[in-house]
Amino acid sequence: MVRFGRVRPGQSLDKPRLPRLQAGFFGRSERHDPYHQRVPPIVTAGGLLAATRWVHLDWVLLVVAAWLLIAVVGVFALRRLTLVARVLFPVGGAGGLALLGIALSALQGSPEVAVLPIGLPQLPFHFRLDSLSAFFLMVIGGISVGVSAFAAGYFRKGEGTPPGLLAFEYHLFLASMVLVVLADDAYAFMVMWETMALSSFFLVTANHRIVEIQRAGYLYLLVAHIGAIGILLCFGVLQANSGDYTFANMRAQQLSPFWASLAFLLALFGFGAKAGILPLHVWLPEAHPAAPSPVSALMSGVMLKTAIYGVLRVLFDLLQTPIWWWGLLLLTVGLATALFGVVFAAVQVDMKRLLAYSSIENIGLLFSGIGLAVLFSAYGMQPMAALALTAVLYHVAGHAFFKSLLFVGTGAVLHATGERNLGKLGGLIRYMPWVAWLMLLGVLASAGLPPFAGFVSEWLLLQSFLFSPGLPSAFLNMLIPVVAALIALIAALAGYTMVKFFGVIFLGQPREERLARAHDASGWERLGMLWLAAGCLVLGLCPVQFIAVIDPVTQLLVGVGMGEAIAAGNWLLVPVAIERASYGPAIFLLGVAASFALAFLLVRLLYHGRLRRAAPWDCGYPWQNARMQDTAEGFGQPIRQIFEPFFRMQRELPSPFDAAPHYRVSVGDHFWHWLYLPLAALVERLARLIGLLQQGRIAVYLLYSFVTLMIVLAVVKQ
Amino acid sequence: MTGLGAFSQLLEIVMALLLAPLLGGWINQWRAWLQNRSAPGLLQPYRMLHKLFNKESVVAEHASPLFRGAPYIVFGCMALACAIIPTLSTDLPLSPAADAIALVGLFALARVFISLAAMDVGTSFGTLGARREMLIGFLAEPALLMVLFSASLISKSTSLTTIVETLAHRDLAIYPSLALAGVAFTMVSLAENARVPVDNPATHLELTMIHEALILEYSGRHLALLEWAACLKLFAYSCIGLALFFPWGIAEAEAPLALLLAMPVLILKLAIGGALLALLETLSAKMRIFRVPEFLATAFLLAVIGMLVNILLGG
Repeated sequence: MVRFGRVRPGQSLDKPRLPRLQAGFFGRSERHDPYHQRVPPIVTAGGLLAATRWVHLDWVLLVVAAWLLIAVVGVFALRRLTLVARVLFPVGGAGGLALLGIALSALQGSPEVAVLPIGLPQLPFHFRLDSLSAFFLMVIGGISVGVSAFAAGYFRKGEGTPPGLLAFEYHLFLASMVLVVLADDAYAFMVMWETMALSSFFLVTANHRIVEIQRAGYLYLLVAHIGAIGILLCFGVLQANSGDYTFANMRAQQLSPFWASLAFLLALFGFGAKAGILPLHVWLPEAHPAAPSPVSALMSGVMLKTAIYGVLRVLFDLLQTPIWWWGLLLLTVGLATALFGVVFAAVQVDMKRLLAYSSIENIGLLFSGIGLAVLFSAYGMQPMAALALTAVLYHVAGHAFFKSLLFVGTGAVLHATGERNLGKLGGLIRYMPWVAWLMLLGVLASAGLPPFAGFVSEWLLLQSFLFSPGLPSAFLNMLIPVVAALIALIAALAGYTMVKFFGVIFLGQPREERLARAHDASGWERLGMLWLAAGCLVLGLCPVQFIAVIDPVTQLLVGVGMGEAIAAGNWLLVPVAIERASYGPAIFLLGVAASFALAFLLVRLLYHGRLRRAAPWDCGYPWQNARMQDTAEGFGQPIRQIFEPFFRMQRELPSPFDAAPHYRVSVGDHFWHWLYLPLAALVERLARLIGLLQQGRIAVYLLYSFVTLMIVLAVVKQ
Repeated sequence: MTGLGAFSQLLEIVMALLLAPLLGGWINQWRAWLQNRSAPGLLQPYRMLHKLFNKESVVAEHASPLFRGAPYIVFGCMALACAIIPTLSTDLPLSPAADAIALVGLFALARVFISLAAMDVGTSFGTLGARREMLIGFLAEPALLMVLFSASLISKSTSLTTIVETLAHRDLAIYPSLALAGVAFTMVSLAENARVPVDNPATHLELTMIHEALILEYSGRHLALLEWAACLKLFAYSCIGLALFFPWGIAEAEAPLALLLAMPVLILKLAIGGALLALLETLSAKMRIFRVPEFLATAFLLAVIGMLVNILLGG
């Protein structure tokens, strides 16, 4: 007896159309919902088949069902690599493409609600598709197309988990992320959140026979669950003792500032643990390198964004009136995270750890953008808040594309060379041209250079800082330029890190002889990378069109959107007025390309284009070899020197009298030693104390039961 | 886009391309005079460019297309930068495409490409130069951005043409924030254009090179384009400095006669600026490479303090 409940726009119901018995089965649906002002009707299964009357939410749920079906097929085709790689993953990617299209068209529409009777009898799952969910569905769909296409060419046998099982976990992961973004009550949210954490845990530990990967997975699961406790408590505070855990009820509650601040702090803790802000970031640099590269791409590009979704949902939608010091706290935490992430990224010697720390940096920037938006919103400056939020959402999409591109590229390099250590790579642009040139696009976007994707969000964020001296508080007004300076510094350091990343892996001389046997990416891998690179380009060159897409989301969150303001310019992004600020990436690119072409042609015309190949300049020292190039440690040494207090360094330096000189530098994380190891020691000590209760003799246990019974009787008697 | 606007845009680009090597020659002339030796002549940079364009380009055996394409990209970035900075006139059709933040991004793009090209050949000098260039860049780029922000806070805009128009029409008072920003801008300029005290442009010792180490592998037309791009970068930075701190004389829209006057005014200002730069170079000694981050951090802090002073004092 399956019933679906959904609302259609324009349909109003004052009384249920079905007999009271069936309506009473979903007693909740009878309640008048002040936010929706509609009551979801109950329709029969016959109505389901009229697909022309389906709304966007139905199509999204269909895509989710398709992914779950693919997952089940994967379980049955456990070791059939061809079926998994040639059929399942591409079909999953096509599902992602469908999701992208549905979400794009759902952005403009009104919110849609569905109630699915899955779950416990009195607690069905509520799902809701509004602009915020649609935006994040767009990101999930868009990234999953590229990563699934890449994964079709990437996964192979002998990686520790059978391919069919990987397909199961992968599509379950995707489906759970979509359902997290759609969830409209705390119960559905937590179930889907947990599914997301568990499926990603199994994906991270895919190669589970390696001890480091097991440890990384354990740490990841631990921090994910600690965060989940925070989120659960936050929802508990939000529902304010009314017993109804739907988001609609939480919106209707009017919490006092104390309880609202508590909910905010719990949300920051819980979602921050998933996003990887300081000091809950320790799992990121372990889990991302341990996972297979398509999984790292999905985790970094999409899963971290679900945490951003959670923060936006709780802050702007469920807690409707922000307080100014929330914004300040978010800004501080975000900036500290970003600076920490980029400084650590600059000194890494493992290519995937470098990208993981770079993700920490970008998450920090996103949190500082959200903090700025909260600050503006608290002082009633809604247009400025919309500008900051637009920057944040643009960066969510841009970072998803370029970080996924970079991670899948490192996957291709890893499969071709078997090396993750930057000290054993080099010169791969000759042997893997497709991967190298597409990664160059990702690197330029990641460094925040115009006219690619990373620059537009940085530009919008800096513009919102420049508008901010209108804040009423003098202290905050003085803080903002310092914050803007820090963001500029972080962006410049990101450029440094990306030059090191690309230069050491792809340029120069190969540091090992077997690198000459590296093969380029396969067809499916190229397709995936091309899609992601195209995304980076499109997001960089069409900011006006993409901001028009973001407009409904900011309208939902702060009540104002940038859509009308920028609608006038077609190829020119003008947030306020053309005299104030403007940016035209297409013209920019055309200008540089035209100069390039003109210079090329004129030089060939007026002079000549003769070229001769010879050995490189060796300054009179003819025995130059590949090891004399800069290493990854060498490239990061200035940063290590300037930012020394950030690191916990252990150095072994050789002395001139050593028979076998040995050099070692290890760069560690202070938080691990100051926070996590003491906490772990404390927990262990407590556990040992409690373990004293376990004497192992049955007489003692019977004594415990007897004493407890006596106490309970004594208490109950009174 | 009016006809006069298109004409002034074209005139700016052509004048930048033609005059930038002359600025380099003028500075070398003054350095020689101040050091009591005879200079090679004002037109020497042109002769050098002509010589280099005629020569065959020798490229390392395993250099990639990135190495061969980087000089054109860097040249294109510098030409675009000179096109959007208001040197002669504020009526520039291309200037809405890039404001102050995008201008800094443009310089960063050129820097990234030249550093990657230097790492391409895989010799120790190239990677050394790349590392040093990125080190200077990561400190100088935010400092330049903060200098431009100080000007933006005063003129309430990041569009370079609006900044020039606002600052040109203000009363002849010294804004304290602009004074601090000016000092910071001079320091950043010296660092980014590879001048003493950060980098000696005439050095032949590879271990002391920063900018020269990046272009060590290049020859022929590639080297010619890179040298021209370096001259264009110095020209662009001088023009940014003139536009922010001495904007009088730049023609505004709908003023063809002012355009005629703007060119000699610009040449005069650049001549004075070049002579002062030569004086500064002669009076300073080159710093150790480990001191350069401190130098640039000072510039960065001065720029941030300038912005804070602006907010505190309202000017």
